[in-house]
Order: sequence, then structure tokens, then C-alpha cells
Amino acid sequence: MSLALAVHIVYSAVMDKSQIPDLPLADSAASDPARVDDYADLVACPVCDTLHKMSAVPTKGRARCVRCHTVLMSPREGAMTMIVMLAVTATLLMIAAISFPFLTLASHGLSQKSSIIDAILAFSNGVMLPLSLAVAALIVVLPITRLLAILYALAPMAIGWTPARGALQAFRLAEALKPWAMAEIFIVGVGVAMVKVAGLAHLSIGPAFWAFSALVLVNVLNDNFMCRLTIWRTLEARSPR
Amino acid sequence: MAHSRSPQPALITARAAHLLACRICGRVHPAQTRTCLRCGARLASRDKTSLQRVMAWMIAGGFAYLFANIYPMLETTTLGKTASNTLLGGVVELFIHGSYGVGAIVFFASIVIPVVKLIIIAGLAWRVRFPGKSSAHLRHKMYEMVEFIGRWSMIDVFVVALLSSLVQLGSAISVKPGIAAVSFALSVAFTMLAALSFDCRLIWDADKDNEL
Repeated sequence: MSLALAVHIVYSAVMDKSQIPDLPLADSAASDPARVDDYADLVACPVCDTLHKMSAVPTKGRARCVRCHTVLMSPREGAMTMIVMLAVTATLLMIAAISFPFLTLASHGLSQKSSIIDAILAFSNGVMLPLSLAVAALIVVLPITRLLAILYALAPMAIGWTPARGALQAFRLAEALKPWAMAEIFIVGVGVAMVKVAGLAHLSIGPAFWAFSALVLVNVLNDNFMCRLTIWRTLEARSPR
Repeated sequence: MAHSRSPQPALITARAAHLLACRICGRVHPAQTRTCLRCGARLASRDKTSLQRVMAWMIAGGFAYLFANIYPMLETTTLGKTASNTLLGGVVELFIHGSYGVGAIVFFASIVIPVVKLIIIAGLAWRVRFPGKSSAHLRHKMYEMVEFIGRWSMIDVFVVALLSSLVQLGSAISVKPGIAAVSFALSVAFTMLAALSFDCRLIWDADKDNEL
């Protein structure tokens, strides 16, 4: 399959914006002849496999797949720095959310404080132990692992260094963990639990609840900033081989 | 350079061009490449075992969901008397107490979503094997919906975890998780794996005659 044929049959992705300045990362890839191969400027839509020839996408622009309209690229100004800052924020919030009490229940003079750790340990006797581990993984371990993987992969680049060894694997891990990090679902679960308990006893919210809620917002922001294709291409272009 | 901006450009898939695309990072490779040169993921033009894995996870998820509905999810002990609640029982209780909004959320998360998800994934897999007239756009929307919404079923597991850690007020009232919490968590995980095993490019392959 020659380059000529590939280019002949491929069309540029649809742009939301008409003016197309060059992307800096496209330049850096082009300036390194060892890295340019025949297909470097092609992108296959991950959803429908349609080939596109990627021209530079303007920042704040959005390139969609011509066929299935999946967003292929949506680069943002300073996205790398922003993602790293948000990931640091999220990690700190996560630490706060784990260490402070989450909810306090009071009834008939008895009171019960519950942290996230207590919620995890709820299943920890006997047969329920595996479930306890799973809950721990879903709301604490996997979100933290994901944040650390993002930081490991992107932080060196955000301050202008070359990516660390294994940065590609770290980012791939972060991507694979995405559906399994369920912090935001846990927050909704807390809301439901509060309603269920409301009739039985007085319930008050601890600082960890707010830390966790903020964490959810930060994670959503972070996902909005993340243009995966741009990150992959930047990682590839700047990684030492 | 073929920079066409005509309204209906001729499209070609990486497979039709005898190329191999990475689903993780979008990079395109020559056909015989094994692992992605950019992100290191394993490459396959189409995942041939995709449908098999989808069916296997779905069946596992379906059974786990069945058990989750039969056994108690939550055991509440009030002044020495123990009452157990099933998945559906928890929803009914919320409605009886007048918490309609929250009741609806739990009803959706623990009853509607798991069932609808199983039906949609089965339908999508069926359509890959036996292509029909339905539009690939619609089917892809459904797939995206299932992928997005499936994880939210985990709400009920977290509610049970929270309740059983919070409501421990000695002899007055205490709550213990039931065995259904385990099988419900498993059913959510299995159906998520079913959705993740589905190679969504198969949706579009079946649509070739209509769109390409």
C-alpha cells in the first residue's frame, strides 16, 4: 500500500472552524525525519475505522469524523498544563476525602461517624470481603491510580521535559481505567443513602463529602480538557526512542 | 493532496485500505503490524473474538443479575427484629416513604439500566451477525448510551456499603449487607465488560452498503 494511494482516498476531517493554522505538535513531528512514516498524518476514527487525513486543527476547534461524527480532536490552549494542575488538585482532594469523616449519623444520643474507609470496610467480614475490595478499588484505588498515571505521563511534558520512561504505558493505563473509576457515582450513592437514613436519624455531612464532590467536578473538567489524540501525538513526538 | 470539502466525500475505512488502525490512539499502520507504534496497544483490524466475549460476559451478567433480584440486598435489624430487602424492595420502600425522586433514581440505576443494557447489547450483537435496515448512527448512539450509563448501576452497591457502615447504632437499629450486593456488583461489572468487549467498528461494517 503506497502513500500515494492512501492520500488519494483519504479526506480531511470536517472542521467546525474554517481557518486552519498549523499545530505546533505537527511541526515538531515533521522536523524529526526519523519519526515521519507514511501514515503519520492519517487518523482512523476509533469508532468506525474511517480514515482521515489530519490537517492541523485550530485550538478551540473540533475535528469530527466525517462518517460517525465522533470528535477526533479538540485541542485547547495550554491543555497539558491545565490537565496536570487539575490532576494535582484532584489528588489532593482525594487525600482529604479519605482522611476526613464523610457523614455523621446521630440518633438517641448515639452517634456514628463514617469515613470513606468505613464504607469500604462495611463488607469486610467473611464472604463479603471480595466486595469490600471491589468497592475500595472503584472509589479509592482506581481513581488515585488513574490520577497518578496521568501525572506520570504528562507532568514532565507540561514543564517542558521529555516524557518519562513508560509514559505511554502510564497514559494507556489511565485510559483503560477510565470507566472503572467511579467517584462520581459514589457521590450520587451518598445522596441516596442520605435520603434512606433521613427518617431514622439525624445525618450531617462531614468535610470529606465536600472534598469528594469537588473532586468529581475537577475530574469532569479534566476530561473536558483532554484531547486524547493530541496527547498521544505529543507523547509520541517528544518521547525519546 | 486530496483536501476535498465536497458535501459527500467518498470514505474508506482503514481496513478497506489494507491498513490497521489503533483504537486507543488512532494511529494508522501497515497491515502486518502487531502492536501500535505510538501507544503500544495490541492491534487487530477487527476483534474476531469480540462477539464471543460479549455473549459470554452478557450471560454471566444476566445470571448474576437474576441472583441479585432473588436474594436480600440489605438486612435491617430494628430492636432485635430483622427484615431483609431485595433490590426491588428497596425501591418500593423509597416510594412508600414518599421519596419519589430518589426512588426513581434507584429504580433506574438498579432495575431499568441493567435490563435495558442487556437487551441493547444483545440487539447490537445480533445486528452484527444479521445486518438489517436500522441505521448505524442510531445503533452507535445506543452503544454510546449503554457504555456511558452502564456504570451508574453501581449506585446501589455504594448505597448498601454506606448504609451498612453508617447505620450501626447498637440494638436500636443496624444494617448489614446481603449476599445480593455481591452478585449485583458482579452483574454490573460483567455487563460493563460486555460493553467494553464490543468492537464498535462492527456496527459500522454492517452498514457499508448504505453509507460507503
